[in-house]
Amino acid sequence: MLPAAPVVAAFAIRQKTPAMNKPWLTWQTLRDWLWPFACGLAVSGAVIWRDGVHGQSWIWAGAVVAAIFAFIAGGRAWREHAIEKAAPAEADPLPDLAREVFERLPDPLLLLDNSGRAVFANAAMRAVVGDEYERKPLSVLLRVPAIQQAVETVGPGEEPAATEFATRVPIERHFQAYVSKSAIAPLTLILLHDLTAIKRTEQMRADFVANASHELRTPLAAVSGFIDTLRGHARDDAEAREEFLTIMSVEAQRMRRLIEDLLSLTRIELNEHVPPSARIDLQAVVKSAAAALAPLAESEGIALEMSAEPGLPQIAGDRDELTQLFQNLIHNAIKYGRTGGHVWISLTAKAGMVSVAVRDDGEGIPREAIPRLTERFYRVDVKRSRERGGTGLGLAIVKHIVNRHHGRLQIDSELGSGSTFTVTMPGISAREIAADRPVTEVL
Amino acid sequence: MTEHTVKAFGEKLEALTTAVAQVGGLAETQLADAIEAISRRDNARAEAVIASDRRVDLMQYQIEDQALKLLALRQPMAVDLRETLAALKMASELERIGDLAKNIAKRAIVLNREPPIRLAQSLARMGRQVLAQLKQVLDAYARRDAASAEAVWKQDGEIDEMYNSLFRELLTYMMEDPRTIGLCTHLLFVAKNIERAGDHCTNVAETVYYMVSGDHLAVDRPKADVTSETSVPYGHT
Repeated sequence: MLPAAPVVAAFAIRQKTPAMNKPWLTWQTLRDWLWPFACGLAVSGAVIWRDGVHGQSWIWAGAVVAAIFAFIAGGRAWREHAIEKAAPAEADPLPDLAREVFERLPDPLLLLDNSGRAVFANAAMRAVVGDEYERKPLSVLLRVPAIQQAVETVGPGEEPAATEFATRVPIERHFQAYVSKSAIAPLTLILLHDLTAIKRTEQMRADFVANASHELRTPLAAVSGFIDTLRGHARDDAEAREEFLTIMSVEAQRMRRLIEDLLSLTRIELNEHVPPSARIDLQAVVKSAAAALAPLAESEGIALEMSAEPGLPQIAGDRDELTQLFQNLIHNAIKYGRTGGHVWISLTAKAGMVSVAVRDDGEGIPREAIPRLTERFYRVDVKRSRERGGTGLGLAIVKHIVNRHHGRLQIDSELGSGSTFTVTMPGISAREIAADRPVTEVL
Repeated sequence: MTEHTVKAFGEKLEALTTAVAQVGGLAETQLADAIEAISRRDNARAEAVIASDRRVDLMQYQIEDQALKLLALRQPMAVDLRETLAALKMASELERIGDLAKNIAKRAIVLNREPPIRLAQSLARMGRQVLAQLKQVLDAYARRDAASAEAVWKQDGEIDEMYNSLFRELLTYMMEDPRTIGLCTHLLFVAKNIERAGDHCTNVAETVYYMVSGDHLAVDRPKADVTSETSVPYGHT
């Protein structure tokens, strides 16, 4: 009877909207129809209950309510249709083959629709913008004004715009971005090309020359001064000659250490953007680093103590760099510890992270110096560092190695009671080991 | 973002978020370039920073207009209201960071006329630390991550410590060699500007935290800047 009217009305309106690859009868459509039907039925029922079946008013009441609900249902169907029409990008713009090819490109690639939202990011790009990129606007994914500007200025089918940009933190990286718009589809293509290796080589060379020439100047001046004196009035003074030669030898050793440290810092910085991939047992590395420094500790009268929690996870790392890292930390602890004191090394694991803490009971570090310790050539006490043969690069090297391993270096210190240097690095999760992903030693 | 019944409203709100992210990107680039101009003694980069400041100002006005329209026409509630207000506040904080970057760039041009000084590298390092904070807080905004914003808020003390240390070192420098006073004064202002940029990052972090969680972070900010009470006695080296 009449309560069936809304069903007919809704169905009629529904049929006018083209079904977009969807079955015409879904739970959604069923619900849209059932609502007005049920409401019409309820109102009619109420009227019948009050007036009895012989009255005429229930027919009209039911019809009016049903008409209202049919109108609402129809409106909703129409609106959905309008939204679908406004955003045709919902339909996949990429054929499977193109998707497959893009996915395998080594360079990061991002596709935007004409409203500037991401529709596709290949594996390399997902490493940059994260897995939840879909339908997000460009400026949220890549906060680079130069790319934004290129997207706004390049026209469909025109020459691609190329622009260079750099991310400075946490690890400096350089990219060239190509922005191009398709002539046949509403698509913008953004392709990134990694220039980090080239830029780094350029910069490292400049930095190396600048640092080396600056830092070598003082010891070199001392050595050449003594050579002049030895050639001049100290020529026949055997006592002075012996003394001068000792000083010259100390200065020469200092220069050698400085060059060694600068070279290793340069090497580490060059690879800082390449994550290490070998599987490393940290405990063994720390143990060998401590063993190498045991004679030095003994001569300073310092007791080295090491403790490790059982069942530490392995980490993805570079053995040589990690050895250098812990040698530097333990060496520092011995150097700046109290003569006759202790150095404690402890390895712990928490929430998939491995921590190595190196603690000494020396005189500690002033609070304001702590954030600057990893700065190259920064010394808390210049004279003391020189005496101890420090190059001012040890902790800078530590920091860069920690950075490359996606770890964290924490320094806690209290004046008078000692300092603790804690390195925390992510362990290889049990899942990754189970999947037995191929691990290569090649960078 | 949650689905809105009125689709146009959701779109307007998203446009606002996008615009804030864009201003964030601009401020980030400006600060990075200004620091690079100091550490690499690059005048061209410094001039680019000064020139791009207008864009940041313009975008800030646009965000203000958009936010006001949204408030007047749509009367947003709860998280939508907080998001609109956050956009307003963040736009002005980020614009300030851009201004500070412009000032650093201006000083970089002056500094580049003088002989290089090692401390400039220490300043650049402090700048990179602030940059890392700014990046983290903008990422937190994009991902609606209150915990990450709170982490930025807590880290500000470290930058203040760095500033204290640099402040003392610069004072000592000037006392040792009064000819460096001109140069060191510029460096001092650069250090202050970087430290201020760090403070603005902390403000942004507070805003992001409030926007996401609806709660305020504690009233007492982690402050460790003591230079207003620092003096180095003359003759101390």
